[in-house]
Amino acid sequence: MNRTALLAGVALATIPFYVSAQAKEQFVPVNFYWVGPYAPGGSGIGGGMIDYFKMLNARDGGINGVKVTWEKCETEYRNDRGVECYERSKKKGPTGATLVHPASTGITYSLIDKGTADRIPIVSIGYGRTDASDGRVFPYVFPLMTNYWSQNTAKIKFIGQREGGMDKLKGKRIAHLYHDSAYGKETIPILDLQAKKYGFEVTHIAVPHPGNEQQSQWLQVRQFKPDWVILRGWGVMNPTALKAAAKIGFPRTKILGVWWAGAEEDVIPAGEAAKGYITAGFNLSGANHVVIHEIQKHVYAKGQGEMEDKSRVGSIYYNRGVQWAIVTTEAVRKAQERYGKGKPMTGEQVRWGLENLAIDEKRLKELGASGFMQPLKVSCLDHEGGGAVKFQQWDGKQWKVISDWIPSDQSIVRPMIEASAAQYAKEKGITPRDCSKEN
Amino acid sequence: MLYREAGQFKSTYAQDQQIFPIRQDRVAVSLLLVVAFVVVPLIGDQYWLGALITPFLIFALAALGLNILTGYAGQLSLGTAAFMAVGAFMAYNFVLRMPWLGIIPSFTLAGLCAAAVGIVFGLPSLRIKGFYLAVATLACQFFVLWMLQRVGWFTNNSTSGVVTAQQITIFGVVFDTPARKYLFTLTVVAVMALLAKNLMRSETGRAFMAVRDMDVAASVIGIPMMKTKLLAFAISSFYCGVAGALHAFCYLGTVEPEAYSLDLSFRILFMVIIGGVGSILGAFLGSAFITLFPIFLSVASAWMSHAVGFEISHATVSNLELIIFGGLIIFFLIVEPSGLARLWQIAKEKLRLWPFPH
Repeated sequence: MNRTALLAGVALATIPFYVSAQAKEQFVPVNFYWVGPYAPGGSGIGGGMIDYFKMLNARDGGINGVKVTWEKCETEYRNDRGVECYERSKKKGPTGATLVHPASTGITYSLIDKGTADRIPIVSIGYGRTDASDGRVFPYVFPLMTNYWSQNTAKIKFIGQREGGMDKLKGKRIAHLYHDSAYGKETIPILDLQAKKYGFEVTHIAVPHPGNEQQSQWLQVRQFKPDWVILRGWGVMNPTALKAAAKIGFPRTKILGVWWAGAEEDVIPAGEAAKGYITAGFNLSGANHVVIHEIQKHVYAKGQGEMEDKSRVGSIYYNRGVQWAIVTTEAVRKAQERYGKGKPMTGEQVRWGLENLAIDEKRLKELGASGFMQPLKVSCLDHEGGGAVKFQQWDGKQWKVISDWIPSDQSIVRPMIEASAAQYAKEKGITPRDCSKEN
Repeated sequence: MLYREAGQFKSTYAQDQQIFPIRQDRVAVSLLLVVAFVVVPLIGDQYWLGALITPFLIFALAALGLNILTGYAGQLSLGTAAFMAVGAFMAYNFVLRMPWLGIIPSFTLAGLCAAAVGIVFGLPSLRIKGFYLAVATLACQFFVLWMLQRVGWFTNNSTSGVVTAQQITIFGVVFDTPARKYLFTLTVVAVMALLAKNLMRSETGRAFMAVRDMDVAASVIGIPMMKTKLLAFAISSFYCGVAGALHAFCYLGTVEPEAYSLDLSFRILFMVIIGGVGSILGAFLGSAFITLFPIFLSVASAWMSHAVGFEISHATVSNLELIIFGGLIIFFLIVEPSGLARLWQIAKEKLRLWPFPH
């Protein structure tokens, strides 16, 4: 009897607290992967993201007083599990999912229709469907920062710089070693186009998933005798490729990786073989950034950090997660400016926030992320918003930045995006939005 | 007590041959259908319908297809995912290139294409058996995926090799919500399961089982070996092909070759083995176990950590799920090597005697 009364009392006491707490929450699904061949990427990014949310909640009490909440869901980097996680998470929190980071190009493709129907933005930073950069056809899809095609033009520009001018590219040979998946194949057409434009020769060599067997591919590379190898790898494929390159004696300083092949987890297993290897990046590594210091002060000092291995704080993937979290919370902040400060935002409102997102150098400084990431300006026409790439080289211990932000060549990329998006619109019967009527 | 057939007499051949000879079974199955068609869409929310029950039904259909080949006709195959891929991509292409055809004829044609591929890759079964045949069908798995990835026609020259499945429209009704997609899937699966059940009770089904039990004896009593084996491959691949089309159109919404990897073939084989080799019900039980159980574990672990109050590292939980799942597979196979369907059969036999066993 006593116990029942006590329980009822506790229940009654917590109800009002619970209700008020619930109303001021912004729910963000954290659907990543902590097991399987791609776990280093998923756990690092997921950890960085959650740590930033924790820091924001502890330091500022959330976004204008709205606490960020989240829930983890394991996708195993598999499309069907990714869809399941999305369906599970989309109705959580007072306003449903704020936005979704699918964290896999394959899952992004599966969620485009679903997110558009459910009015939940699908944000794919540095991956995903490239032609979704045309916001007129894809209102709810945001391949922010830099898409694959933009990155690719920056890479060719970088190779041109190294060779001493774009005209020196003529007659050069580039081998394109790619992960045989939607992600890997995405850049084939743009490479072919650039090969025609600059007069270099390119050959595409596929590596089947997961990529721990590359003997025959590197034999092909050796026969082709390339000047450069573009490595479009992911997960275990990257160290394997570096080791195989060392075995045939191909200089690692001539291997140029994509940003999904440019983390500590990709080079450390390859040991000495990775020394001198160059990759692209849209975020920097290192714990020496103000925002990372803040996380250490407000989260790790209290023993609440997400990463079990503290040395991973400040790694490429971890910092990428922090960057995704910054974009997420800034989009919510932007949406609050229009729809009401201190209120939880719905997916539809956050979509507006994303589309009008502008993070300039000044704002980056306020966020403590100056030099940590590039400024971002999104519009209805352009759902990419950034487009510049930095290059970094592994010196055996850490990543050294070896270039400035190299802008992409939108004169090549944009027409291709528009043509591809228009074809998609035609196939699906979508009427592109008129951007002059958006506000 | 409730489950007893005493007093139910069969006085005609038709009664003797019906699918469910016991009245209680007929009532239970019709109740199940009513629940599935009426109650579930009414009470199920989007998550349940779209993310749990629809994939369960689709994989049950694929497992049913493999069960016809492996469980009934005794031909081991590792090409299931490839047949699904053929179905998915051909359905996409039929809808894209012949939009006037309508969705059901497109799915049927896609299934027939898968059946044709199945016949071609079933040819080795005339000479080789068992594990060697499994390896031969492995060739199908790799060849089909290779072709889908390399020949641009299949993906309509999409740069990434991923294409988006079109909307399902039948007589002007658009099947766009999870509930409608569920109903569409359920109808297809129910009809095809009924057909399979009847097929296995027919002369063809008995020929399959004769080949499975001993193919030399079967050919001695006059069962044409080539026709029977290839027919088994054709029917099985047809089922898998339709399952693939449903997987693309009603569940994922995208069609990409990587989704139909060898991994999926193995998973469907496990569904058949765990559910029960040579049983229609087994395909459904196996699919439920393999598709729904990991999700249940993942949801349950979230509850657990809420209830216990302290957070276990997510990586540990994710790995634990895999360990528990693997452990349960071994447990079930030791307790009942003939699969979950056999457990159900034993339960039924016990129920018939209950509460007065001899």
